[in-house]
Amino acid sequence: MEILVCVKRVPDTAENEIAVNKAGTDIDRDDLVYSVNEWDNYAVEEAIQIRDKVGGTVTVVSVGDDEAEEVVRREMAMGADNGLLLCDDAFTGSDGKGLATILKAAVEKGNFDLILTGAQADDGAGQVGGMLAAMLDWPYASLVNLVEIIDDKKIKVGREIAGGNQEMNEMDLPCVLSIQTGINEPRYVGIRGIRKVASVEIPVKGAADLGLAADAAGKAGAKVDRLDYFVPELGEGAEMLEGSTEEIIEKLVEILKAKGGIK
Amino acid sequence: MAQQIFAYILHKDGVVDDSAQELIVAARKLDPEAAVTAVVGGAGEQLAQACQQAAAIYPEVWKIDNPALAYINAEVIRPMLARIIPAGAITLVPHEHFGMDLAPGLSIKLNAAYLPDVVGFEGVEGGRLRAVREEFSGQVSTHVNCDLSGGAVITVRPGAFQPQEGQAAGGQVVDKSGEAGAAEPRRRYLETVAAEVGDVDITKSEILVSVGRGIEDQDNLELIHELAEAVGGEVSCSRPIVDAKWLEKARQVGTSGQTVKPKVYLALGISGSFQHMGGIKGAPFMVAVNKNPKAPIFQAADVGVVADILEFVPELTEKIKESR
Repeated sequence: MEILVCVKRVPDTAENEIAVNKAGTDIDRDDLVYSVNEWDNYAVEEAIQIRDKVGGTVTVVSVGDDEAEEVVRREMAMGADNGLLLCDDAFTGSDGKGLATILKAAVEKGNFDLILTGAQADDGAGQVGGMLAAMLDWPYASLVNLVEIIDDKKIKVGREIAGGNQEMNEMDLPCVLSIQTGINEPRYVGIRGIRKVASVEIPVKGAADLGLAADAAGKAGAKVDRLDYFVPELGEGAEMLEGSTEEIIEKLVEILKAKGGIK
Repeated sequence: MAQQIFAYILHKDGVVDDSAQELIVAARKLDPEAAVTAVVGGAGEQLAQACQQAAAIYPEVWKIDNPALAYINAEVIRPMLARIIPAGAITLVPHEHFGMDLAPGLSIKLNAAYLPDVVGFEGVEGGRLRAVREEFSGQVSTHVNCDLSGGAVITVRPGAFQPQEGQAAGGQVVDKSGEAGAAEPRRRYLETVAAEVGDVDITKSEILVSVGRGIEDQDNLELIHELAEAVGGEVSCSRPIVDAKWLEKARQVGTSGQTVKPKVYLALGISGSFQHMGGIKGAPFMVAVNKNPKAPIFQAADVGVVADILEFVPELTEKIKESR
């Protein structure tokens, strides 16, 4: 099974408070800690587990600038066989369709049976996997929380639906799946793993290498673009309890008793 | 410029989803002059019932009746929709598990723009739609511009457009099954596996002590169990806790977990994503404790405390025990 996993370098929301910069043109990126998109990490783990069961290779690909190399390398330290970085000034300002166009060009240079993406990133769009599948004319399943390989033509896929239920499907290969968190337990990447891949060369490909026209992606090809960032005007919200911890707790216990929060 | 807008209608057991009401509000907000058509796919009697209900909301309903749609499968209906939706139209789809499966690929097949998970529309100017989205779990919002010249597929966040008291539309049902044609499904539905019922039923509890990512480590869950015991409630949680396998799925509150209706809800170290809030019904009295003063949970809560739960919860538990 030749598996491609698409990963993205994003600000780590568990480590950062996200704020808007003064001009409102972007989030404040000074001092942000970046990491691999959480959903993508589950996708890479799933790919490694599939390869270990049925054989084949796992290739990790990212569209981004030079710094995206660090997340590709991290996922290789996890156990992916190959890395690939798609990097070109012409890619800057791509919308979801632009990203899918770039990835499609890379897919067509390879010979993949299965493509995994994370179900979404922190912008919450969840779009690239479904677009890529439609461009390739491959079947697609989103929010996947179970994958079983049947043979080299078919797989069984579970999708998360409402209320904790799971929808089971049989799918033809090749196909594209977007992976939901919780499907597995992504392995810990230790310092030994990082060292092992520290000097591996990761190929970098630009628009020309992929046979893409200059306006196939990037800002020129984008039908959707961000105008600004802002902090939403909020409603009244909660009554915030203030004072010393002792005072706050005293007040809170009183409130909980009055509202039936202490039986 | 009046757009042609289509709304994709979800239904189950012959009953249309709440999103049918929300999408027509969204469509009117997007363009008050637009002609709005509901599209309903399915099979047989249940489809007929759903179409009747959609016709009470929409002036026109397009029906796609096909045995392959008895269980709705995005891979089957996507090519059918691509055949009947005209170029340049706008298609609205609810941003939930089915919409996320259908919509991105549909935009490619229609050669239209894709605008995901919208929470607000601010009008069309010069063929470009101005819309509002949220990023980073609602910590920041953005205005986005979407080029409508080639049409658009737009997913709409559930609950973002509140249904209004509607007049009966008396809509007409048009059978589009023939035009929609058939599809060779390369993804075949097998079955639905129901959620595991754990040894606790959090949907029955009047007091929920709910914990999120702020707990940091599995060992720290002890603090939450102790507080739950002190107040006489059950422990519930947000998604990351279940993903990490620290608590069982049956305790997860949210759109992909349980829908709960307690009297009092304590949200501890929970940021308050819309998926989590979507699992809480009946407006319980909500107390939120979070170290991030900008956490969206403080907008939904009645009472808020900015604190690290690891320090705050043990002291609270102690005080509650004393006060008994």
